[in-house]
Amino acid sequence: MPKSLFEKVWEAHAVRTLANGQTQLLIGTHLIHEVTSPQAFGMLRDLGLKVAMPHRTFATVDHIVPTDQLVEPYRDPLAQAMMDELRKNCAEFGITFFDRATGKQGIVHIVGPEQGITQPGTTIACGDSHTSTHGAFGAVAFGIGTTQIRDVLATQTMALGKLKVRRINVTGRLRPGVYAKDVILHIIRVLGVNGGTGFAYEYGGEVFERFSMEERMTVCNMSIEGGARAGYVNPDQTTFDYLKGRPYSPQGAAWEQAVERWRGFASDPGCHYDDVVTIAGQDIAPTVTWGINPGQGISILESIPDPARVEAVDEKASIEEALAYMKLQPGAAIKGTRIDVAFLGSCTNGRLSDFQEVARFLKGRRVAPGVKAIAVPGSQIVSLQCEKLGIDKILSEAGFEWRAAGCSMCLAMNPDKLVGDQLCASSSNRNFKGRQGSPTGRTLLMSPLMVAAAAVTGSVADAREVFDVGPSN
Amino acid sequence: MALAKITQVTGRGVFVPGNDIDTDRIIPARFMKCVTFDGLGEFLFYDVRKHADGTDKPHPLNDPRFQGATVLLSGANFGCGSSREHAPQAIQKHGFKALVAENFAEIFFGNCTTLGIPCFEASREDIAKLAAAIEADPTVELVLDVAGQEIRCPGLTVKAVVRPSARDALVNGRWDAIGELLDGLPAVRERTKSLPYLAA
Repeated sequence: MPKSLFEKVWEAHAVRTLANGQTQLLIGTHLIHEVTSPQAFGMLRDLGLKVAMPHRTFATVDHIVPTDQLVEPYRDPLAQAMMDELRKNCAEFGITFFDRATGKQGIVHIVGPEQGITQPGTTIACGDSHTSTHGAFGAVAFGIGTTQIRDVLATQTMALGKLKVRRINVTGRLRPGVYAKDVILHIIRVLGVNGGTGFAYEYGGEVFERFSMEERMTVCNMSIEGGARAGYVNPDQTTFDYLKGRPYSPQGAAWEQAVERWRGFASDPGCHYDDVVTIAGQDIAPTVTWGINPGQGISILESIPDPARVEAVDEKASIEEALAYMKLQPGAAIKGTRIDVAFLGSCTNGRLSDFQEVARFLKGRRVAPGVKAIAVPGSQIVSLQCEKLGIDKILSEAGFEWRAAGCSMCLAMNPDKLVGDQLCASSSNRNFKGRQGSPTGRTLLMSPLMVAAAAVTGSVADAREVFDVGPSN
Repeated sequence: MALAKITQVTGRGVFVPGNDIDTDRIIPARFMKCVTFDGLGEFLFYDVRKHADGTDKPHPLNDPRFQGATVLLSGANFGCGSSREHAPQAIQKHGFKALVAENFAEIFFGNCTTLGIPCFEASREDIAKLAAAIEADPTVELVLDVAGQEIRCPGLTVKAVVRPSARDALVNGRWDAIGELLDGLPAVRERTKSLPYLAA
């Protein structure tokens, strides 16, 4: 019987059925970071347990690292304490730690793929909801809580109920100036922020077949913003080409065998999906959020919703709440909204191709006066690649501050924060109230090139008009 | 260690209206700079409860009538966003023993269950009825029946469901899976053999 990738990976990793009907699922790769793991190690010690498979556990530091201070101790003693704790835990339990000194540190969802740790047909867990990113490789990857981190540390398994699978086809081609970020913002807008509850999203169709691995990662990354705990793309030649030669990728004869095995995990033609959604690529426009959840997005050409024109009580209330917080005018164009801050980076859009695309158009342009613009590479390796290509110089000359690798202003656990009710054009993944570090700070999510366009003009702009991105038909 | 069998929760309620209440709102990220979960309870809903100067904003959790409530009621998609267990930890450490919403975000739901916090799903109409009963008399005692799948208070009984696997785990005292997962270790080792990427 034909099976989906999700089903095949699940079956290959299911250990047994637990008393409550959930599955004890083997987690092949466990990624950890400084924010959600210290308590899990504490629980492990309290129970007198060891890490079951330290060689399948990998750590990095990303959320709290300052991007403007490389030398320890950090100015924030709490950040330093978390750093020290992770170092201690990794040393004590024999876990590989991509610390800053290794040159391989970065956001956990950028490091895994970069090192070749993220592989097709595997299960991955991490105490971070954006673990869905790794699904881009045809892995089944879950964000988990701290008690579950303890479970995975202690047993390399966790208790989980099987998800349903929704196939999302994006057909045809994207228009110029439309990016992977727009694709996922569009999908969430269409299916809702909780439309994916109970589902894993399988993304496919011509648009995904043509996408690079980095573009696939951008989409899978935000699956959770649509309520789907996991999202994936079937592995193909693009996947294998990306992985070949990476530090943790199989080498020599093992490589060919691995590729053969990986191919076998792809969903079979004719397999069963619990739901199928099809979206035409050409219907997707550059998308910007105006509200306080990632589903509250519109095309750059649309107006901000007017609650007076909405019938449904619920929707009306949520628009009113969002507009009150965002201090935006109902019915006004989103284009032209003044911004204070431009942020390029995050596990959604902090990879080489994101900065490359921005640099391609930003050369010779200047960030508008009064706009604070920061660019934060997702990893030390991304940073180095950008520096080799002169991308850091192009961005700096344009007026972006070029920072060290980390999560930075996506969630502002480090010193990079909005101040007061600043409005930020951001390539990150969440526009929740207070997300970027100020309880009244405001976030507009968009693609990196749209962030650059907003930075240059000082207001939300259509990147296709600001830059010469080619014909938009 | 034997876990409590959570078949029923009784207590006073507080209604926090709104849909899509995310975990950043439940516990803002800056309060996660810690290596234990101790003390998180006081930061629950901090930015919607407190002004910048630390004084109270109008919020149900600041309302003297609802102090001591142990059941939190809200709208749809409660707990969306980040996987931070800090959110249910803050809820539990603030004194809440059960949650009622139209539905819950997936990771948050699992985190709550693992901590022994039953998450009841009820219809919007029924939540509104419960909220009205609480508003009319904040001292009214709610009885949340995990096994019986309903919530009762004087003059009102509504259907409220805890998803089957969580329900089974709660009522049978196996909501923390670690014991069972450890018991499965021999089977885990066996399973590992068929997955080449796990070789040491």
